[in-house]
Amino acid sequence: MRRIAYRSSMFVVAIVSVVALWEFYKIVGPQDGGKFFGVSILPRANDTAMPHVWTMLSRYNRPEVRGSDTKIWSVVLSGTLFSLRLSLVGFFMGTTIGVGLAVLMSRFKVVQRGLLPYLVMSQTVPLIALAPLVVSWGGKLEIGSFVWPRWLSASILGTFLAFFPIAVGTLRGLASAPAAAVELMDSYAASWKQTLFKLRFPAAVPFMVPAFKLGASGAVVGVVVAEISTGLKGGIGRLIIEYAREATGDPAKVFTAVFGAAALGITMSGLVALSDVLLMRNRPKETSA
Amino acid sequence: MSKKTLKFAFAGIAVMSLVVGACGGSDDEATEDTEAATEETTAPAAECTTPTPVKLQLQWFTQAQFAGYYAAQDQGFYADQCLEVTILEGAVDITPQNVLADGQADFAISWVSKALASREGGANIVNIAQVFQRSGTLQVSFKDKNITSSAEFKGKKIGNWGYGNEFEIFAALTKAGLDPAKDVTLVQQQFDMAGLLSGDIDAAEAMTYNEYAQVLEAKNPATGALYTADDFNVVSYEAEGVGMLQDAIWADGSRLEDPAYVDTATKFVAASIQGWAFCRDNVSACRDIVVSKGSKLGASHQLWQMNEVNKLIWPAAGGAGMIDAAAWDRTSSLSQTAKNLEGGTVLTKAPDAGAYTNDIVTAALAMLDAMGVDTTGSGYMPETVELLEGGN
Repeated sequence: MRRIAYRSSMFVVAIVSVVALWEFYKIVGPQDGGKFFGVSILPRANDTAMPHVWTMLSRYNRPEVRGSDTKIWSVVLSGTLFSLRLSLVGFFMGTTIGVGLAVLMSRFKVVQRGLLPYLVMSQTVPLIALAPLVVSWGGKLEIGSFVWPRWLSASILGTFLAFFPIAVGTLRGLASAPAAAVELMDSYAASWKQTLFKLRFPAAVPFMVPAFKLGASGAVVGVVVAEISTGLKGGIGRLIIEYAREATGDPAKVFTAVFGAAALGITMSGLVALSDVLLMRNRPKETSA
Repeated sequence: MSKKTLKFAFAGIAVMSLVVGACGGSDDEATEDTEAATEETTAPAAECTTPTPVKLQLQWFTQAQFAGYYAAQDQGFYADQCLEVTILEGAVDITPQNVLADGQADFAISWVSKALASREGGANIVNIAQVFQRSGTLQVSFKDKNITSSAEFKGKKIGNWGYGNEFEIFAALTKAGLDPAKDVTLVQQQFDMAGLLSGDIDAAEAMTYNEYAQVLEAKNPATGALYTADDFNVVSYEAEGVGMLQDAIWADGSRLEDPAYVDTATKFVAASIQGWAFCRDNVSACRDIVVSKGSKLGASHQLWQMNEVNKLIWPAAGGAGMIDAAAWDRTSSLSQTAKNLEGGTVLTKAPDAGAYTNDIVTAALAMLDAMGVDTTGSGYMPETVELLEGGN
């Protein structure tokens, strides 16, 4: 309990310091930016470039557009929840594919040697180049009565970023079971499957949790970028780009959506951390091998 | 003020993260139908048994720039022609002419020079109606910079968007005898007009119906009031004689052999022009239609946009949608001659004769004339729109 109280107070302290730093810079920073040999290095501290924290926060409680009853917080909240759903779908698909590939690669060394370079290569494809392609392929896909919904393309891009760290982390984890333990399982004539579930997976958990955290934030990035790139309506990415257009006259507006995206990322990795606590609850602390 | 407000603010953050967290687990609703929000379809009229499905790909999100199509949908003009039109929004990485050439849309809205570049690249697309008869591109600068014509760009920092939206600037520079590489400093411009207001850019590229309104919606920190048109000089590329044709309806060239597709295209163009005529006569009703279709832009901004877009369409001497050969030739010759910074041009050779056709729009205008729709708008008078802060 004390640890939780400590950690949540640290969280608050972290936010307070960022806010303090922001407002401090607004006081001391140059209004029109700092230039050094004609190259601007210091950002502008004026209200258009850096609105006051309270301006941004109070923007949440004002209507999205004049004459509408919808306050901006509810728009941002529903956008965030929409993107959260897509990210979760992307994350679960990424987990399935990532863990599946890791098991396959740990079982057959030849698969590992053949596949791993391609996995690494896949991550060098720029997401913004991939996004319109996936939408276009999805639009052409019709399997029986199944019609590809547009949101699924965004989830697929989340999957694309999520599966890689999960596959690599899990693979590393599955290989981390101590040799002596593997030999013991062999001496019991344990099947490959038994060794996998009774030994390798439990041993892999410490490697899998950080990999899942990376995968979760990757899923968020993939979904938000896909939303921006393909203009998927309803998500936080779409809100960011729509509000950014109004940054000239209403600079605080775009920040409301940016904070929504940040909250989304925190929520996703928070969910993974929570599952970590639940998973590790009954696990005896390992003595170092 | 700060202490209390901040405290309230943190409470807000805490509450928000709790709510987000609490709702986090419900991924089972992920299959919720989002298509309905993105693609609105019209209900067919009663006497029409099997309406023809039509997909229209726009260049950007829902806004008054596309009001005519939304009005035709909302007012049932498409349904009257037995069409069931689905309007697909554009986005950052969606190129309408490619979507059309891919067969994922039946018609697309695109600027002429960009679509011709795609056509040169092998996309078989044909301009069947030139909706915007005039170019809406401006170069906006503060009065004290004294930039009233493109000749005065010399030595100035000129903002441009790139991605094929910058060729009127280069055409104007070429016409004024300036070298884009030496005589001006070209600055890559963002979505918003902050660069102009902060002085990073002397003259910023702006559309009459969007970015120009954005500067007029911004507060002048010196006076505390909104900027007014008196604070700026505006260079219009249309007035400079280098305007290039913009929003047009493009069709799939490979399907134009098919009489059924031509029939659909004629009906679609007719109903769309009817929609634009409706928006000419009902400016605020069209603003409301666009807002109801989910535009996030403010109401006064949207009304301004509607009014400015009308100015680009009306009056249309030869009938709305008719492709004017002189303007077409000017656009295609500027596309071949105006060199950008890298020395490139939009087109390397003149577009072939099949790049546009007036057959469809002529037939469509005849249909509208028979219905008594005014397709020239000779008596059109623009309204005066007052912008409010932030476009709200």
